[in-house]
Amino acid sequence: MLDAAHGGDDPGAKLGAQAEKDFALALAGRLRSLLVARGMDVVVTREADVDLDADHRAEIANHAAAAACLSLHATLAGANGGPSVHLFLSSLPATKDVGLLPWRTAQSAWIERSIALAGVLNAALNAAGIPVALGRTPLAPLDSMTCPAAAVELALPPFADAHQASEAANAEFVPKVADALAAALVEWRSSESLPGRNQAGEPQP
Amino acid sequence: MIPRHQTVLLIVLLLASAAMGTVLWKQFRRAHERLLRGEATVPTEAPLVAPDQPATLMVANDADNTVEPRVLTLPLPQDSEARARALLGQLFEIDAAPDATHPVPGGPDSIAQVFLLPIPGANGKAAAEPPLLAVVNLTGSFAGGHPSGIEAETLTLRSICATLNANLPRIEQVRFLVDGQPRPTLAGHADLTRTYLAGPTEPGSGTRP
Repeated sequence: MLDAAHGGDDPGAKLGAQAEKDFALALAGRLRSLLVARGMDVVVTREADVDLDADHRAEIANHAAAAACLSLHATLAGANGGPSVHLFLSSLPATKDVGLLPWRTAQSAWIERSIALAGVLNAALNAAGIPVALGRTPLAPLDSMTCPAAAVELALPPFADAHQASEAANAEFVPKVADALAAALVEWRSSESLPGRNQAGEPQP
Repeated sequence: MIPRHQTVLLIVLLLASAAMGTVLWKQFRRAHERLLRGEATVPTEAPLVAPDQPATLMVANDADNTVEPRVLTLPLPQDSEARARALLGQLFEIDAAPDATHPVPGGPDSIAQVFLLPIPGANGKAAAEPPLLAVVNLTGSFAGGHPSGIEAETLTLRSICATLNANLPRIEQVRFLVDGQPRPTLAGHADLTRTYLAGPTEPGSGTRP
């Protein structure tokens, strides 16, 4: 499940001439193409510039019973920093109770799987030579998702053009990140399909 | 024909008016010069509300996604709420500096108030010193000007929580308001509707609904 963050009246961060909502949508489209080409089924939360609240995003993810959920974001890189990736997980504490899950803390039952997913994503990004910063934070759609979930935030130099990745550093960096994420998700799906795990990757009794 | 004594009286009155006008003009000039001298002394000396004390500010760094302690000596009020506000004001002054490692515009005026409340239902601590919930009221201009991004917003909140806990260890939880009202996110990402845990083990990293 790919969630292109923001949309509609919520532009997100300003990336120079481009808004975060447009960049996230383009990145989700690129990543979906890469995953479909590798034989994976992909659900996206939005395919156009529409308003979508956090609850609706989590509903789409939970109904999909996805093997992995990625929320795609972007921000401006610091003045002294080059492009990099920030990988964030929910800050909810892990719980083993998978009975009736409160909506706002549903991710707590999946946090250990989310940590494992972040490990696979981090390894793939590092292997591609992409700097990664890991962290945990309360993030509305992530906290309500019942799937291994992570937020991927690309820190980029500002775009000079509103509609395409004309910035030289971004034109090279963004496809590299998409390729690394696609490779990581393929590897994740392979590990999830191992005997002894159910569809969601939980160990079977 | 005007009598002589009236002519003399008129001349005396005119002379008196001229003298009074001269005195008033000179006083006006002196007052104006005093005012100008006062403005020329900017920046004014901070009022001494308390003796200087060491304080630990947890300063964020965008380059490596960390929050590191920086020990300063500051004049801090004795009152805990005023002290918390002064500490956060100093923290935001560092973030607003041109060479900041976590640049956030705003400065000391970004904190409207800090309220400290006993945590309801907290136990296991001495009744005389119950753990506290800090309610940090940020200004709308600070939230509006804050850089938008998961990492940037998270670092700001971690930095605030860790600074409060480092200097006022009884503060174990932190909630945020903007202009006195609840707000969904700081600048589009970090959830401000949660209660942040500010304990020493995981400063700012844990949350409660």
